[in-house]
Amino acid sequence: MDSVVHSSLPLWACLASLLAAPAIVLFRRELFLREATTFVAAFVKFGLVLAMLPIITSGKVIEFTLVEGFGGVVAPILFRVDGLGMLFALVASSLWIVTSLYAIGYMRGLHEHSQTRFFAFFAISLSATLGVAFAGNLLTLYLFYEMLSLATWPLVTHHQDKEARTGGRTYLTYLLGTSIGFALPALIFTWIKSGGDLSFAGDAILASADLGPAQGLILLLAFCFGFSKAGMMPFHSWLPGAMVAPTPVSALLHAVAVVKVGVFCVIRVFTAVFGVDLLAKLGVATVISWIAAFTVIVSSLIAMSQDNLKRRLAFSTIGQLSYIVLGVSLLSAHAVQGSMMHIAMHAFGKITLFFCAGAIFVATGKKYVSQLSGLGKTMPFTMGAFAIGAMSVTGVPPTGGLLSKFYLVWGAADAQQFALLAVYLVSSVLNGVYFFPVVYRAFFKPAPEGEAAVEGIREAPLACVLPLSITAVGSVLLFFFPGLLLELTKLMTGAQ
Amino acid sequence: MSEQLPAIILLAPLFGALLTGLAGNRDHRRCFPILISALAVSFGCAIALLVQVSQSGPIDYFVGGWNTERVPLGVGIQLRIDALNALLLVVITTVALLTAVYSFRRAGEENTEKTPQFYMLFQMLCVGLLGITVTADAFNLFVLVEVSSLTSYALVAMGSKSRGTVAAFNYLIMGTVGASFYLLGVGYLYMQTGTLNMAAIHEILADPAFGKSSTVFVAFILILVGVWIKMAFFPLYGWLPNAYSYCPSTTSCLLAPLMTKVSVYVMIRVMLSIFGADWVFQSLGWSHTVVWLAVIAILAGSVLALAQVELKKMLCYLIVAEVGYMVGGAWLANHWGMVGAIYHILADAFMTLCLFIAANIFIKHCRADRIDQLEGLFKRMPLTSTGFVVGALAMIGVPPTAGFFSKWYLLRGGIESGQWGYVIALLVSSLVNAVLFFRIIEIAYFGKNPAESHDHAHDEDSHQGQAGEATLLGGEGRPATVIPLLITAAIVILLGVFNAPVVEIIQQALEGMPVVGAAAAAR
Repeated sequence: MDSVVHSSLPLWACLASLLAAPAIVLFRRELFLREATTFVAAFVKFGLVLAMLPIITSGKVIEFTLVEGFGGVVAPILFRVDGLGMLFALVASSLWIVTSLYAIGYMRGLHEHSQTRFFAFFAISLSATLGVAFAGNLLTLYLFYEMLSLATWPLVTHHQDKEARTGGRTYLTYLLGTSIGFALPALIFTWIKSGGDLSFAGDAILASADLGPAQGLILLLAFCFGFSKAGMMPFHSWLPGAMVAPTPVSALLHAVAVVKVGVFCVIRVFTAVFGVDLLAKLGVATVISWIAAFTVIVSSLIAMSQDNLKRRLAFSTIGQLSYIVLGVSLLSAHAVQGSMMHIAMHAFGKITLFFCAGAIFVATGKKYVSQLSGLGKTMPFTMGAFAIGAMSVTGVPPTGGLLSKFYLVWGAADAQQFALLAVYLVSSVLNGVYFFPVVYRAFFKPAPEGEAAVEGIREAPLACVLPLSITAVGSVLLFFFPGLLLELTKLMTGAQ
Repeated sequence: MSEQLPAIILLAPLFGALLTGLAGNRDHRRCFPILISALAVSFGCAIALLVQVSQSGPIDYFVGGWNTERVPLGVGIQLRIDALNALLLVVITTVALLTAVYSFRRAGEENTEKTPQFYMLFQMLCVGLLGITVTADAFNLFVLVEVSSLTSYALVAMGSKSRGTVAAFNYLIMGTVGASFYLLGVGYLYMQTGTLNMAAIHEILADPAFGKSSTVFVAFILILVGVWIKMAFFPLYGWLPNAYSYCPSTTSCLLAPLMTKVSVYVMIRVMLSIFGADWVFQSLGWSHTVVWLAVIAILAGSVLALAQVELKKMLCYLIVAEVGYMVGGAWLANHWGMVGAIYHILADAFMTLCLFIAANIFIKHCRADRIDQLEGLFKRMPLTSTGFVVGALAMIGVPPTAGFFSKWYLLRGGIESGQWGYVIALLVSSLVNAVLFFRIIEIAYFGKNPAESHDHAHDEDSHQGQAGEATLLGGEGRPATVIPLLITAAIVILLGVFNAPVVEIIQQALEGMPVVGAAAAAR
């Protein structure tokens, strides 16, 4: 078994952005200092995560108990960093730096109101995200999961108009409703069944529990639907609703942090709560597979019909999230590895796409796919990055998305699930169908007659274009240098 | 000295009340220091007792030295402090102290010429509540219930609103009916056992011969109904919403967190210490029925809360639902249900206090007692709003607040005993609370009429310069009202984060009343 290192690093990594929030409020009139605080926090956070990396890659785990639990009374609140948590923390904390830069460009570019509140809650959300990544047991996971739902609500409803109110209502109704209605009872039921153990360490929590197939299925469904941030149908509608948020929020939270927290929780449920062996014995994971497969196909079909660019991206996200759920529900080592890798690959690809959508809005005020004709000439960097992001999400070389899809398909073949393998292939084609017309339209269709022909390049502010270029390059680099990801995911699947 | 603590905790507010009457009438400014010091003494005693009890077990205190060596148990007045009521003593004194701080100048404004009277009643109410908690005698319990009830009728009636007087009258009638039921029940018990001491009654009733005794049965039902009226258990809740929402704000902060919770404590005490869980859960066997009543109480309270337009009324109906939580938990007839019910007494006291203080500040400073008048509150009063939001999240049951962990234990009890109706009712009520509070938070955050679209892009940071200075804390209430609120909010969170030691103490208390374990094992 892997050896344990006790260190408070996970706590500090988590606190780095939480402590920044009061500082951001304090500097609300010193705009430079306020923005600087965000950056300092982001770099400190990333640095702390990096500091833990060597320990993790050497096959150890880091543990830190925040509040002691009393045996049989209640679980402790503890952090435990393993390969999967590390992977997710790396993705979230590195992309926060980029997003901060982007957010400053975007928010200032549009003269948004209440920017202080925006940056403060953004920082809190990141703390909650890392809390989920480093959670050492189900209770801690749930705690930060709820914190994230609540901390992101002011971000989603940032515009404070009617649309935002509706979006915010949908957002909270789905997220809180399912987490209280399904996940909480499932959590307590697990606690009872396992005899007072919720820890992710060692064997899976329910590995030796006395659980029938019917009970197992209900519990599994309660968990998967309870963590509805994973966006499995029929609990997906909050995601398109949350697109009323400013684009930096959509980019980081609704392509990376929030939704990935959802699938992260589902992966934990499969690997650490039930354990692959128990699920294979019960044979209930197939139900989740088919729900996820349904979500993949249907959301891709819906995405095709969306003219609003951000909504199209939102439905694409729903589909990609279910890739991950589908992968882990296949229960084969390669598919689980692919799922974990897809968290990172999709994060880089999708955040690029959202950044592009925001940059287009900042530069031209356009929100709809049908308005994008000819934009490739005026915004070549943005649209180029968009093309790379689309390639990565679709899984076209040389982008990172190909690798994770390769592992997912490999895993499906291992599991002898050829129908589900076909789902992956068909949906990849569908991804291409809803993304490449956008690229084609931008580069090869002439600008509409009515618009004054703009000469030369008119990009969004540098603070917007630079981040999206970075993430686009990141997507490509992940294809050539996936070593670290593979290593981290192997740690997890090897341990099973 | 330390062996006299059980008496001092009662005597401090009693003499405080006396002193307030003597010294405060001439100069109203003397009342407040007397109140604070009396309650601080009680608070200190409560903490000391809790430490003492958790280390060395229950304390028996015989008032006036009537100990069992000279006379049989039950002749003298006995106070008994175990882990359960030591915890409750801390809660009562903390809530009273925080409310006292909150009342600074506030009580004077609300009852200008009656300030000393108000503070006398305040302290007498504390004597009553603390007395109910520490007594080990079924009849003394009645006396102390009357002490607390009579003072609370007067406190409610002190409001300047005429509706308050009507509500107080209604409260008085219902309260007296409840107390009479209780007294009648104690009478039947005395008839059967010939003693009024709780431990002595328990010993006698342990004889299986009483298992089917209809006298004992009638006694239990009468006591139970009496206590249910006092705690506003659905459908006996009619007096509560008006009494708590039309009374002076300090009164509502004191009564709402404490009265119903102490009554729940009385029920648990009667069930465990007088009749014994074996008798209650096995000979009587009403567990399922009462849990279903609790389910109805929870759902009805939630739905009625949803229908309210006034903030305080809404909170009052939430209390009705919360009482359902606790009664249901106590009647689940298993260990974790009882732990959850007791933990919820503590948690709910602070949650309710938090919300009532916040609501009273809103009402005072915004002149808004309706929910839809709370627009734009978050900008004007960020600190008060923070307190309110913490209370709201605790009511919804978001970790790591105390409200989450009480749900955790109650749900665990519900699942273990297979009472799925209760489990579902708890979850539904959490969701309804989420709707209730986010409706308010939404109004406070968005304003009533949100702008039509977000194209009204304006750079607020540029003109925030002068306006921001005035608005950041300028709209807040007085420090004397906001500080207790923030302390309460902190307690709500800390009680949740560090719930394990508290639950250890509760479990220690239940070891002293072994019955829950026995009943659970027999299932």
